[in-house]
Amino acid sequence: MSIIQILFWGLTVMALFSALMVITSKNPVYSVLWLIVTFFAISGHYILLNAQFLAVVNIIVYAGAIMVLFLFVIMLMNARQEGASGNQRWITLAGTISGGIFLLVVVAALKDTELTTRSAMVMDGEVGLIKILGKELFTRYVIPFELSSILFLSAMVGAVVIGKKD
Amino acid sequence: MPINYYLFLSLALFTIGMVGVLTRRNAIIIFMCIELMLNAVNLLLVAFSKMHHQLALETGQLATQAGVEGQLFVFFIMVVAAAEVSVGLAIIVMMYRNVHSVDINFLNRLKH
Repeated sequence: MSIIQILFWGLTVMALFSALMVITSKNPVYSVLWLIVTFFAISGHYILLNAQFLAVVNIIVYAGAIMVLFLFVIMLMNARQEGASGNQRWITLAGTISGGIFLLVVVAALKDTELTTRSAMVMDGEVGLIKILGKELFTRYVIPFELSSILFLSAMVGAVVIGKKD
Repeated sequence: MPINYYLFLSLALFTIGMVGVLTRRNAIIIFMCIELMLNAVNLLLVAFSKMHHQLALETGQLATQAGVEGQLFVFFIMVVAAAEVSVGLAIIVMMYRNVHSVDINFLNRLKH
Protein backbone atom coordinates (compact mmCIF):
# COMPACT_ATOMS: atom_id res chain seq x y z
CA MET A 1 0.00 0.00 0.00
CA SER A 2 1.37 3.34 -0.94
CA ILE A 3 1.31 6.38 1.28
CA ILE A 4 -1.59 7.86 -0.73
CA GLN A 5 -3.76 4.83 -0.14
CA ILE A 6 -2.95 4.82 3.58
CA LEU A 7 -3.92 8.49 3.80
CA PHE A 8 -7.09 7.94 1.78
CA TRP A 9 -8.34 5.06 3.91
CA GLY A 10 -7.37 6.76 7.15
CA LEU A 11 -9.28 9.90 6.22
CA THR A 12 -12.22 7.84 4.99
CA VAL A 13 -12.51 5.88 8.22
CA MET A 14 -12.17 9.10 10.21
CA ALA A 15 -14.89 10.84 8.19
CA LEU A 16 -17.36 7.96 8.37
CA PHE A 17 -16.79 7.24 12.07
CA SER A 18 -17.15 10.88 13.11
CA ALA A 19 -20.24 11.29 10.89
CA LEU A 20 -21.79 8.30 12.64
CA MET A 21 -20.92 9.81 16.01
CA VAL A 22 -22.66 13.05 14.95
CA ILE A 23 -26.00 11.32 14.56
CA THR A 24 -25.66 8.97 17.53
CA SER A 25 -24.42 11.35 20.24
CA LYS A 26 -27.06 12.21 22.81
CA ASN A 27 -25.49 15.54 23.76
CA PRO A 28 -25.73 18.20 20.98
CA VAL A 29 -22.38 19.71 22.00
CA TYR A 30 -20.64 16.40 21.29
CA SER A 31 -22.45 16.27 17.94
CA VAL A 32 -20.99 19.65 17.00
CA LEU A 33 -17.48 18.58 18.02
CA TRP A 34 -17.72 15.37 15.99
CA LEU A 35 -19.00 17.36 13.01
CA ILE A 36 -15.85 19.50 13.23
CA VAL A 37 -13.79 16.29 13.07
CA THR A 38 -15.77 15.27 9.98
CA PHE A 39 -15.04 18.60 8.31
CA PHE A 40 -11.34 18.25 9.04
CA ALA A 41 -11.37 14.78 7.46
CA ILE A 42 -13.10 16.18 4.38
CA SER A 43 -10.51 18.97 4.24
CA GLY A 44 -7.85 16.28 4.36
CA HIS A 45 -9.46 14.67 1.33
CA TYR A 46 -9.36 18.03 -0.45
CA ILE A 47 -5.64 18.34 0.29
CA LEU A 48 -5.13 14.80 -0.99
CA LEU A 49 -6.90 15.83 -4.21
CA ASN A 50 -4.62 18.90 -4.37
CA ALA A 51 -7.59 21.28 -4.03
CA GLN A 52 -5.68 23.49 -1.64
CA PHE A 53 -7.88 26.56 -1.87
CA LEU A 54 -11.03 24.61 -1.06
CA ALA A 55 -9.31 22.81 1.82
CA VAL A 56 -8.37 26.11 3.46
CA VAL A 57 -11.78 27.65 2.78
CA ASN A 58 -13.48 24.56 4.18
CA ILE A 59 -11.53 24.81 7.43
CA ILE A 60 -12.01 28.56 7.77
CA VAL A 61 -15.69 28.74 6.80
CA TYR A 62 -17.08 25.43 8.04
CA ALA A 63 -14.91 24.28 10.91
CA GLY A 64 -14.27 27.87 11.96
CA ALA A 65 -17.23 30.15 11.41
CA ILE A 66 -20.27 27.91 10.96
CA MET A 67 -19.45 25.44 13.72
CA VAL A 68 -18.69 28.25 16.18
CA LEU A 69 -22.12 29.67 15.33
CA PHE A 70 -23.73 26.28 16.04
CA LEU A 71 -21.84 25.88 19.30
CA PHE A 72 -22.78 29.39 20.34
CA VAL A 73 -26.49 28.82 19.69
CA ILE A 74 -26.46 25.48 21.54
CA MET A 75 -24.77 27.00 24.57
CA LEU A 76 -27.14 29.97 24.48
CA MET A 77 -30.20 27.74 24.80
CA ASN A 78 -29.11 25.36 27.57
CA ALA A 79 -29.19 22.23 25.46
CA ARG A 80 -31.47 19.72 27.05
CA GLN A 81 -31.28 16.09 26.14
CA GLU A 82 -34.02 14.72 23.98
CA GLY A 83 -36.67 13.30 26.23
CA ALA A 84 -37.59 9.71 25.57
CA SER A 85 -40.94 9.42 23.88
CA GLY A 86 -42.90 6.29 23.15
CA ASN A 87 -42.40 5.81 19.45
CA GLN A 88 -38.83 7.12 19.17
CA ARG A 89 -37.45 3.62 18.80
CA TRP A 90 -39.76 2.93 15.86
CA ILE A 91 -38.80 6.22 14.23
CA THR A 92 -35.11 5.34 14.59
CA LEU A 93 -35.68 1.91 13.11
CA ALA A 94 -37.75 3.25 10.20
CA GLY A 95 -35.25 6.01 9.44
CA THR A 96 -32.30 3.62 9.47
CA ILE A 97 -34.09 1.16 7.20
CA SER A 98 -35.05 3.94 4.78
CA GLY A 99 -31.46 5.17 4.66
CA GLY A 100 -30.20 1.64 4.10
CA ILE A 101 -32.63 1.11 1.24
CA PHE A 102 -31.55 4.41 -0.33
CA LEU A 103 -27.90 3.39 -0.05
CA LEU A 104 -28.64 -0.04 -1.55
CA VAL A 105 -30.53 1.38 -4.53
CA VAL A 106 -27.94 4.00 -5.41
CA VAL A 107 -25.00 1.61 -4.97
CA ALA A 108 -26.75 -0.96 -7.17
CA ALA A 109 -27.39 1.70 -9.80
CA LEU A 110 -23.83 3.04 -9.79
CA LYS A 111 -21.64 -0.03 -9.41
CA ASP A 112 -21.52 -0.97 -13.08
CA THR A 113 -21.24 2.42 -14.73
CA GLU A 114 -18.37 3.40 -16.99
CA LEU A 115 -17.12 5.57 -14.14
CA THR A 116 -15.45 2.53 -12.57
CA THR A 117 -12.68 2.74 -15.15
CA ARG A 118 -11.88 6.39 -14.43
CA SER A 119 -9.77 7.76 -11.65
CA ALA A 120 -9.29 11.07 -9.93
CA MET A 121 -5.90 12.72 -9.99
CA VAL A 122 -4.40 12.78 -6.50
CA MET A 123 -1.47 14.82 -5.20
CA ASP A 124 -1.02 16.43 -8.59
CA GLY A 125 -2.69 18.79 -11.07
CA GLU A 126 -2.87 22.55 -10.91
CA VAL A 127 -6.60 23.06 -11.12
CA GLY A 128 -7.14 23.49 -7.40
CA LEU A 129 -4.47 26.10 -6.86
CA ILE A 130 -5.53 29.56 -5.80
CA LYS A 131 -3.91 31.21 -8.81
CA ILE A 132 -6.09 29.48 -11.39
CA LEU A 133 -9.25 29.59 -9.29
CA GLY A 134 -8.80 33.27 -8.52
CA LYS A 135 -8.21 34.18 -12.14
CA GLU A 136 -11.32 32.30 -13.16
CA LEU A 137 -13.36 33.77 -10.31
CA PHE A 138 -12.57 37.33 -11.29
CA THR A 139 -13.00 36.95 -15.04
CA ARG A 140 -15.67 34.48 -16.12
CA TYR A 141 -17.47 34.17 -12.80
CA VAL A 142 -17.30 37.75 -11.64
CA ILE A 143 -21.07 38.33 -11.80
CA PRO A 144 -21.98 35.33 -9.60
CA PHE A 145 -19.19 36.39 -7.26
CA GLU A 146 -20.63 39.87 -6.87
CA LEU A 147 -24.15 38.49 -6.58
CA SER A 148 -23.01 36.30 -3.67
CA SER A 149 -22.01 39.45 -1.79
CA ILE A 150 -25.58 40.72 -2.21
CA LEU A 151 -26.77 37.34 -0.94
CA PHE A 152 -24.61 37.76 2.14
CA LEU A 153 -25.94 41.23 2.76
CA SER A 154 -29.53 40.04 2.52
CA ALA A 155 -28.79 37.05 4.77
CA MET A 156 -27.26 39.40 7.32
CA VAL A 157 -30.28 41.70 7.25
CA GLY A 158 -32.60 38.69 7.37
CA ALA A 159 -30.86 37.17 10.39
CA VAL A 160 -31.01 40.46 12.27
CA VAL A 161 -34.69 41.01 11.42
CA ILE A 162 -35.69 37.46 12.37
CA GLY A 163 -33.63 37.43 15.56
CA LYS A 164 -34.88 40.79 16.77
CA LYS A 165 -37.17 40.71 19.77
CA ASP A 166 -40.45 41.84 18.11
CA MET B 1 -7.32 6.85 -6.79
CA PRO B 2 -10.36 5.32 -8.59
CA ILE B 3 -13.31 7.65 -8.80
CA ASN B 4 -15.79 5.14 -7.47
CA TYR B 5 -14.07 5.14 -4.07
CA TYR B 6 -14.93 8.82 -3.78
CA LEU B 7 -18.41 8.12 -5.17
CA PHE B 8 -19.20 5.56 -2.51
CA LEU B 9 -17.57 7.55 0.28
CA SER B 10 -19.68 10.60 -0.41
CA LEU B 11 -22.74 8.39 -0.89
CA ALA B 12 -22.15 6.91 2.57
CA LEU B 13 -21.71 10.36 4.10
CA PHE B 14 -24.89 11.56 2.39
CA THR B 15 -26.81 8.54 3.69
CA ILE B 16 -25.56 9.13 7.23
CA GLY B 17 -26.79 12.71 6.99
CA MET B 18 -30.13 11.52 5.65
CA VAL B 19 -30.60 9.00 8.45
CA GLY B 20 -29.78 11.76 10.93
CA VAL B 21 -32.44 14.02 9.46
CA LEU B 22 -34.98 11.21 9.57
CA THR B 23 -34.30 9.97 13.10
CA ARG B 24 -33.26 12.89 15.30
CA ARG B 25 -35.77 15.31 16.76
CA ASN B 26 -33.49 18.15 17.84
CA ALA B 27 -33.78 20.91 15.23
CA ILE B 28 -30.12 21.92 15.57
CA ILE B 29 -28.88 18.38 14.96
CA ILE B 30 -31.15 18.08 11.92
CA PHE B 31 -29.61 21.29 10.63
CA MET B 32 -26.10 19.89 11.21
CA CYS B 33 -27.01 16.75 9.27
CA ILE B 34 -28.06 18.95 6.35
CA GLU B 35 -24.59 20.53 6.47
CA LEU B 36 -23.11 17.03 6.40
CA MET B 37 -25.09 16.20 3.26
CA LEU B 38 -23.91 19.42 1.60
CA ASN B 39 -20.31 18.51 2.39
CA ALA B 40 -20.70 15.01 0.96
CA VAL B 41 -21.84 16.56 -2.32
CA ASN B 42 -18.94 19.03 -2.22
CA LEU B 43 -16.43 16.21 -1.84
CA LEU B 44 -17.91 14.40 -4.85
CA LEU B 45 -17.81 17.59 -6.94
CA VAL B 46 -14.12 18.09 -6.19
CA ALA B 47 -13.35 14.45 -7.04
CA PHE B 48 -15.21 14.74 -10.34
CA SER B 49 -13.37 17.97 -11.09
CA LYS B 50 -10.04 16.20 -10.67
CA MET B 51 -11.27 13.30 -12.80
CA HIS B 52 -12.18 15.73 -15.56
CA HIS B 53 -8.80 17.40 -15.27
CA GLN B 54 -6.95 14.12 -15.60
CA LEU B 55 -9.06 13.13 -18.58
CA ALA B 56 -8.25 16.41 -20.32
CA LEU B 57 -4.54 15.92 -19.69
CA GLU B 58 -4.63 12.34 -20.97
CA THR B 59 -6.31 13.28 -24.23
CA GLY B 60 -3.52 15.74 -24.80
CA GLN B 61 -5.47 18.96 -24.77
CA LEU B 62 -3.59 21.97 -23.54
CA ALA B 63 -6.12 22.40 -20.77
CA THR B 64 -4.86 23.39 -17.37
CA GLN B 65 -8.29 24.96 -16.88
CA ALA B 66 -10.29 21.76 -17.31
CA GLY B 67 -12.32 20.97 -14.22
CA VAL B 68 -12.12 24.41 -12.71
CA GLU B 69 -15.91 24.83 -12.90
CA GLY B 70 -16.48 22.04 -10.38
CA GLN B 71 -14.29 23.66 -7.77
CA LEU B 72 -15.86 27.08 -8.31
CA PHE B 73 -19.24 25.44 -7.88
CA VAL B 74 -18.09 24.06 -4.53
CA PHE B 75 -16.97 27.56 -3.57
CA PHE B 76 -20.41 28.98 -4.35
CA ILE B 77 -22.09 26.13 -2.46
CA MET B 78 -20.03 27.10 0.60
CA VAL B 79 -21.09 30.74 0.19
CA VAL B 80 -24.76 29.80 0.01
CA ALA B 81 -24.39 27.39 2.95
CA ALA B 82 -22.89 30.11 5.14
CA ALA B 83 -25.79 32.45 4.36
CA GLU B 84 -28.27 29.64 4.93
CA VAL B 85 -26.80 28.75 8.31
CA SER B 86 -27.06 32.31 9.60
CA VAL B 87 -30.73 32.62 8.64
CA GLY B 88 -31.57 29.09 9.78
CA LEU B 89 -30.01 29.52 13.19
CA ALA B 90 -31.86 32.83 13.59
CA ILE B 91 -35.10 30.95 12.87
CA ILE B 92 -34.19 28.24 15.42
CA VAL B 93 -33.40 30.86 18.07
CA MET B 94 -36.75 32.52 17.33
CA MET B 95 -38.51 29.17 17.66
CA TYR B 96 -36.77 28.49 20.97
CA ARG B 97 -37.89 31.87 22.22
CA ASN B 98 -41.51 31.09 21.38
CA VAL B 99 -41.96 27.44 22.41
CA HIS B 100 -38.96 27.06 24.80
CA SER B 101 -37.75 23.95 23.05
CA VAL B 102 -35.96 22.92 19.87
CA ASP B 103 -37.84 19.62 19.61
CA ILE B 104 -39.46 19.44 16.19
CA ASN B 105 -42.43 17.51 17.62
CA PHE B 106 -43.68 20.79 19.04
CA LEU B 107 -43.88 22.25 15.54
CA ASN B 108 -47.06 20.45 14.53
CA ARG B 109 -49.50 23.31 14.57
CA LEU B 110 -50.25 22.92 10.88
CA LYS B 111 -51.53 19.41 11.64
CA HIS B 112 -54.37 20.54 13.89
